Amino acid sequence: MATYVFVEEEDGAPSTLGLELLAKARDLGDATVFYVGSGSDETFAELGNHGAASIVHLDPGDRLPAAPVAEAIGARVGAEDLILFGQAYTDRDVAGRLAARLGVGVLSNASDVRQVGGGVETDHEIFGGTRIVTAAAGQGPFLVLIRPKSFAAEPVGGGKPTVDVVDLPAPGSSEATVTASQTEEREGPQLGDAKIVVSGGRGLGSADAYGLVESLGKTLDAATGATRAIVDSGWVPYAKQVGQTGKTVKPDVYIACGISGAMQHLVGMKDSMTIIAINKDPDAPIFSVADLGVVGDVHNVMPKLIEALESR
Amino acid sequence: MNVVVCVKQIPDPATPYTLEDGTNWLVRPEEQILDDGDRYGVEMGLQIAQANEGTVTLVSMGPAGNGQGIRQALAMGADKAVLIEDDTLRGADALTTARALAAAIKNEGFDLVIAGTESTDGYSGVVPQMLAQILDIPALTYATKVEIGDGSLSIHRQTEAGYDTVEASLPALVSVTAGVVEPRYPTFKGIMDAKKKPVDNLSVADLGIETAVDQKVTSIADAPERAAGQKIEDEGEAHLAIVALLEDRKVI
Repeated sequence: MATYVFVEEEDGAPSTLGLELLAKARDLGDATVFYVGSGSDETFAELGNHGAASIVHLDPGDRLPAAPVAEAIGARVGAEDLILFGQAYTDRDVAGRLAARLGVGVLSNASDVRQVGGGVETDHEIFGGTRIVTAAAGQGPFLVLIRPKSFAAEPVGGGKPTVDVVDLPAPGSSEATVTASQTEEREGPQLGDAKIVVSGGRGLGSADAYGLVESLGKTLDAATGATRAIVDSGWVPYAKQVGQTGKTVKPDVYIACGISGAMQHLVGMKDSMTIIAINKDPDAPIFSVADLGVVGDVHNVMPKLIEALESR
Repeated sequence: MNVVVCVKQIPDPATPYTLEDGTNWLVRPEEQILDDGDRYGVEMGLQIAQANEGTVTLVSMGPAGNGQGIRQALAMGADKAVLIEDDTLRGADALTTARALAAAIKNEGFDLVIAGTESTDGYSGVVPQMLAQILDIPALTYATKVEIGDGSLSIHRQTEAGYDTVEASLPALVSVTAGVVEPRYPTFKGIMDAKKKPVDNLSVADLGIETAVDQKVTSIADAPERAAGQKIEDEGEAHLAIVALLEDRKVI
């Protein structure tokens, strides 16, 4: 069984998620990376440093990677092989198309993966992470989508991997073109790597009250997040969403403000080291995962908290 | 223009989900609701159909129950629905689901297929991409904005850093994020009209697809619980407990 890892380039470097997957893959055997991006000696050295034995370089240029990359990967993998993807935008595009092309399933939202005999077994957290389902696929190639932050990215000081540059197939009827890329202005710590995350939910009462989350975030030098409910309501942009649909975070401290704790949200933050929750409803599910739960109104507690922190 | 919108009926996420003994399938009550994330696709479909003299056909798979979730989408203004239900599809994985949806969509004919990015109850997150592969069309995914041109479409595709502008020719599939449009609320007239709109029920035999599922659940266990925390009532000083905990964790 050969082990492959899908790694997408982000800001000219391998994505953190890709390096997390590589940390797992190298434990399973020699890992080959399908690297999607423009690539450079530095990025390949970085992959080697994280344990990649070899790299298959696929450069989509201005083509949307999904169709051509799925076709190229499909032509290289065998029925015994395991391919690890992240639960992320392009990873899902490629894995979905690849699975349909090969006629095999995808094990989605996995938190762990094991080789068992000639097959693969995966763990999946369901119901907001309160239960763990173990699933198995009989027929390979085995495509597994792993949730972000399931493993820690860690350099192991590996040498320079071999790099095999593969030309992508000619455009077919599934072709799409990327004509422009827009980077949104990002200030302060980001959700994925901040030590503290402050998030807000419906209990804030209004879009304006999200300002309390922003103020607290600024005081603590924290990243700010949100529940799906207030993102869907248009209070804050989608990029702030923490949860099943959105980002998975694992900060040292997570402060949930006016968040009831729907399953959808819990799965994205319950592995934070310390969880603090402020909510009016004493029965809110968020309190079941909180190290410190404050039963109270965010409009009373948060301004005082901000003031106390600022006056320190 | 024929617009097909994929929708799903799900158990109300505000109620606790449970699994059936033996099969480990999600328990689906008689009354299910339209997946909230699908309202955006329905709205998008309605707007595009209206601007392009088109029709909106809903395609859905799963236990029909009382069909309430489908009626919700019809009440918003969709013209008709195709509902695939078959005992052999119970516990279907993403690929089997995509095969069933693709077969029904091909039967209907389409210029544009719209789907959410994932369902709220199953969230495998790969059905739209599989569907596009089977239909041999581009998948323009995670759209935060959609524009239809002359035989083509252009979207803003959500990325980690911001968004990409992505273009392709029609026919194509687009998966839409929540917030891409403001979904309308059904009017009283819409709700009344929905009761008379055609709903075609299809089985696996009608579609002629494979339904073999290669994945199985081998075990289910309770996750390790977090150690119980402290819960305090705010009587005006609770913020001090938060400050103390932040100090204790050495983050301030």
